[in-house]
Amino acid sequence: MKTAVGGAAWLSGWLALAGLVLLGCGLAAGSEGWSFAWGRESGLIGAIRAPRSLGAWCAGALLGVSGALAQGLFRNPLADPYLLGSAAGAGLGVVLVIASGTAVAGSSLAGADWLGQLGLTGAAFLGALGGVSLTLLLAGGAARPLVLLLGGVVVGVLLGAVADLLMLLSPEALRGKQIFLLGTTGLLGWESVLVLGVVLGVTLPLAVRFALVLDALVLGEASASSLGLDLPKLRLMLVSLMALCTGAAVAQAGLIAFVGLVAPHLVRRLVTVTHGPLLALSALSGGALLLAADVIARSVIAPQELPVGVLTAVVGGCYLMLLLRRRAVDARV
Amino acid sequence: MPAARVRRRRPAALVALSLTLALVSAAGAARARAAPYSITDDRGVRVSFERAPERIVTLLPSLTETVCALGACATLVGTDRFSDWPESVSELPKLGGFEDVQVERLYALEPDAVLVATSTRVIDRLESLGLTVVALEPRSLADARRAVGVLGEVLERSGEATALLDRIDARVRAAAERVPPAWRGARVYFEVSESPHAAGESSFIGELLGLLGLDNVVPASLGPFPKLNPEFVVRSDPDLILAARRNAERMEARPGWDEIGALSRGHVCGFEERAHDVLVRPGPRLGEAAEVLADCLASLPPRGGAER
Repeated sequence: MKTAVGGAAWLSGWLALAGLVLLGCGLAAGSEGWSFAWGRESGLIGAIRAPRSLGAWCAGALLGVSGALAQGLFRNPLADPYLLGSAAGAGLGVVLVIASGTAVAGSSLAGADWLGQLGLTGAAFLGALGGVSLTLLLAGGAARPLVLLLGGVVVGVLLGAVADLLMLLSPEALRGKQIFLLGTTGLLGWESVLVLGVVLGVTLPLAVRFALVLDALVLGEASASSLGLDLPKLRLMLVSLMALCTGAAVAQAGLIAFVGLVAPHLVRRLVTVTHGPLLALSALSGGALLLAADVIARSVIAPQELPVGVLTAVVGGCYLMLLLRRRAVDARV
Repeated sequence: MPAARVRRRRPAALVALSLTLALVSAAGAARARAAPYSITDDRGVRVSFERAPERIVTLLPSLTETVCALGACATLVGTDRFSDWPESVSELPKLGGFEDVQVERLYALEPDAVLVATSTRVIDRLESLGLTVVALEPRSLADARRAVGVLGEVLERSGEATALLDRIDARVRAAAERVPPAWRGARVYFEVSESPHAAGESSFIGELLGLLGLDNVVPASLGPFPKLNPEFVVRSDPDLILAARRNAERMEARPGWDEIGALSRGHVCGFEERAHDVLVRPGPRLGEAAEVLADCLASLPPRGGAER
């Protein structure tokens, strides 16, 4: 146990250092390639590169926490933050807002003005929370994990279909939805950093506090209940935290692929820890991963830019494949 | 605020057009200023200018074309990646597409005005960086005309804007006169994409077809660019089909479409990509678009008398 804790401390140090180094890279990775003339470009760095880099780290950290929560809750190493309908809900929110600005089939959507006021990020956030709420409603609370998962699938399909229909009626919504699906860090400003930072600051300590539940769940439903834990209630609490993390990240940066799935795996490969440290370490590794992807996306074909979601999907996909080939996925999570 | 909402397409296009034209030219004549001025864009937002912008970024092809048509091409410092007319803009930095705009590169160009479409998240980010953003999204002919008028004001070139609108009108009128009499009142199907999406009566393309004296098989009630059931096209049996060449060539192979008389009679206009671009962009080349349409109609096999 002692060595595990020591390992976790080491790893957190390394991951934090990686984050700082990448942050430095993020400040230097400009639109015309690398540039270190920081005095001359201070305006550019303060207004664009700094919030973008910090925002990418925060969004990655939130996805990491959310992914670790999902994998713990469902005791499934392939669970990711977008389960339970949050992705489809956020996507529908985005489409609704864009379509509300245009006429759909000759007539305006009801409540179009209100939606316009809400803005894309607000609608995506509420959509993600709405999707998860709908799933919870459908599954009758969080008592049965399997029903909850299936409910998430149903909600995902349903909300996705509504969004697709709206996109057919209002082609303008298509291009907005597409960039949302790809995920982008290019539009993150200081307001985004503030929102992401606050959500991370609130959810991470809470998640770590309730991590004992996830540890107990490793023993199985029955054992966890026999420990005196009110599982349905606690699970609901953790699902809400997960939805909050995912919703905030998705609203600001779109559906960034694989970061939430890979971050906890990365940690588990390096150290064996309980869920408390795992959540914190997943935040650190998720942040470092997305920031690294952002820096690469900016610099690899500068002055053009890759959509960061494409990059995380390719890198994350390859990494996961490697992981699966190395060893048959064991149930130990 | 209501000003932005009023721009719904209307069937009586000609009336609306001449009204807008009158307004624009009145505004142009009344103005000879050097003082700060402001315009209202398609979001209904008032945007103020100290003087005419000298470093402009455009993020929509039709706006790029309009700036150039107003003689201010030299003020452009960057465009979106789809802007390709006139030739000279292809040398400018390409700052991404509609939604994946490269904010840093754009900001580094220090533009004093950014022209964008209304439906884009980028607007918020650009405004929070303190940039001056004018959002215009031409969807109908009246919108396109108003965009020309607004850009004329922004650039302090209202005289040029009026002249440009006059030129467009003259070209459309001339093109309408060249339409062979047999084709007047013919019912057309204009295909925008293979799905099939059509340009309905209420789209700017539909309005332009109307100005040339053609009828549309897709009524205004279906919206500007509806996705149709392919059967709808077969049943409505259009007299004339307009589409991009690559789509037009494969139409007869679609199930049931060989029954469409227009296809067997060769009453099909397949447009090359450049010509198609002109047709589907609601910008300053609308006059040219009318000519492209008239040219095609003149080149078709003769329409055999009263068919219906």
